[in-house]
Amino acid sequence: MIKEDIKIRLLVYIGLLVGLIFTLFPVFWIFISSVKTNTEVFAYPPSFIPENFTLSAYFNIFNDEDKLRFFFNSYFIAIIVTILTLLISILSGYSFSRFDFKLKRILNLSIISTQTIPPITLLIPYFGIVVTFKIFDTYLALILTYLVFTIPYATLMMTSYFNTLPKELDDAVLMDGGSNFTALCRVIIPISLPGIVATCVYTFLLCWNEFLFALTLTKSYEMRTVPIGIQLLMGQHAYEWNEMMAMSIIGTIPILFLYLFAQKYFLAGLTSGSVKF
Amino acid sequence: MNTIRVRKKIYPYLYQTPSISLLIILMVIPMATVINYSFFDNVIMKKSPNFVGLSNYKEILTDNTFWISFYNTIYFTAASIFFHLIIGLAFALLLNYKSLNIIAKSILRVIYIVPWLFTATIVAIIWRLVLDPSGVINYILLSFEMIDERIEWLSSRDTALNTVTFINIWAGYPFYMVSLLAGLQGIPNELYEAAKIDGANLGQQFINITIPQLKPIIYTLILLDFIWTIQVFPLIWMTTGGGPIHSTEMLSTYTYKLAFSKYEFSLASTSAFLTFLLSLTVSIFYIKRQVNRTND
Repeated sequence: MIKEDIKIRLLVYIGLLVGLIFTLFPVFWIFISSVKTNTEVFAYPPSFIPENFTLSAYFNIFNDEDKLRFFFNSYFIAIIVTILTLLISILSGYSFSRFDFKLKRILNLSIISTQTIPPITLLIPYFGIVVTFKIFDTYLALILTYLVFTIPYATLMMTSYFNTLPKELDDAVLMDGGSNFTALCRVIIPISLPGIVATCVYTFLLCWNEFLFALTLTKSYEMRTVPIGIQLLMGQHAYEWNEMMAMSIIGTIPILFLYLFAQKYFLAGLTSGSVKF
Repeated sequence: MNTIRVRKKIYPYLYQTPSISLLIILMVIPMATVINYSFFDNVIMKKSPNFVGLSNYKEILTDNTFWISFYNTIYFTAASIFFHLIIGLAFALLLNYKSLNIIAKSILRVIYIVPWLFTATIVAIIWRLVLDPSGVINYILLSFEMIDERIEWLSSRDTALNTVTFINIWAGYPFYMVSLLAGLQGIPNELYEAAKIDGANLGQQFINITIPQLKPIIYTLILLDFIWTIQVFPLIWMTTGGGPIHSTEMLSTYTYKLAFSKYEFSLASTSAFLTFLLSLTVSIFYIKRQVNRTND
């Protein structure tokens, strides 16, 4: 029996080690490449420890206004979309959770089905609409179109969070002569902070990662977001691999930070299966 | 009294107004537009396009490249889902191992999630660097004599599709791992203890307790993964662009190129709508499941 345990333990450790290499080797490699000179990145055989450790790739990005602009755009769009999504999904989620009404089922159904529409299907009409309304290559075009993906799941998340709160909370306010809206603002929202935080984090990450609409609905260099900016760096005649790796690392930091910060809320949302990532 | 009752009926809709109006503008109208586009010639480019009936559908459905993209998309999706599940489950089981030190456990959990934190663009860049013909993977494989010559992982027709699929597997398993780990932790220990008393070994416990208990999560994961993977775009666009010679062409890249390289917006709309129909076949199961769940 003890021998059996040791065998299993050994297998687990070997499995964990293989998993570590599988997961981390590419990540290790981008880090190593970001602190090499560009010549060394291209050298063959490749060096596993940089010969001339340098942070110049990082300094180059922080000194380049064009590249900082990508970050500004990504943050700006993600923050605005997050605020709008939150306002709209709290109202909608509260209504789903607290009221019974005729069209509830059908509305709920259409919100769930929105989650399953491929972005590529919406892309062409969006392009047509954005061009017609002359908002091509503006923040507005991206902010508006991102809402179609953020609102449905944010609404589902808020609904399921509100459902966990007892209705007596609202009733107390109603008894005092307050309206449902007062109950929402004074009681429900303050105690829903964990759900709100989770919704914010998801929305922010969705916007931060979005590629297809950002690629198609913007054109000028100043309007590009981080994922597209990285793609542009890659398309330039000389591959500045070390800078691209540095930019990838800087671009991942907000996500890492948000993930670590909101880890426990993440799990709850994920297991409810209503989250798109 | 009457006004209060009327108000009570209107209230829920007032709360819904912002979300409903946005979803009509952003979903209902565009979906109607894309279907409408697919019945006309040269939309967006021409001021007054002509109605052409089903001829766009005929053109797309007889286009060989469409069927190559269709096949590639299905292959890419099926293989991704299969390996996501295997790897995700394996890692979840390892991390759930009870004799593992709790600090090691939480550190490993964060590390194993790392691929998930990268956006698709960055995943593409990482692997383009690592898989470069004169890059580190070829170097390692050559040093261990596992291959005879450098392999052009992403630019050879023989390997490109499997390579992008592999990259997608690497990038996507953490979603399964996290969800399955949560599922594993929810299985009551008494079930295993009862099984042990009955003399069940680890394999039997796995098949008769773990798998059935995880079934609902696995089912949801597969549905979601199918819906997302079928839409794959940035990863392909940034690694191979659908090449070489359509060997990694997906429905999304095929549609994108029709629209934004060839400016055939009508054909692109047709292909986009067909992609939607493909996604819909599986989405219906997901939607049913979610509706049941929210009505509980």
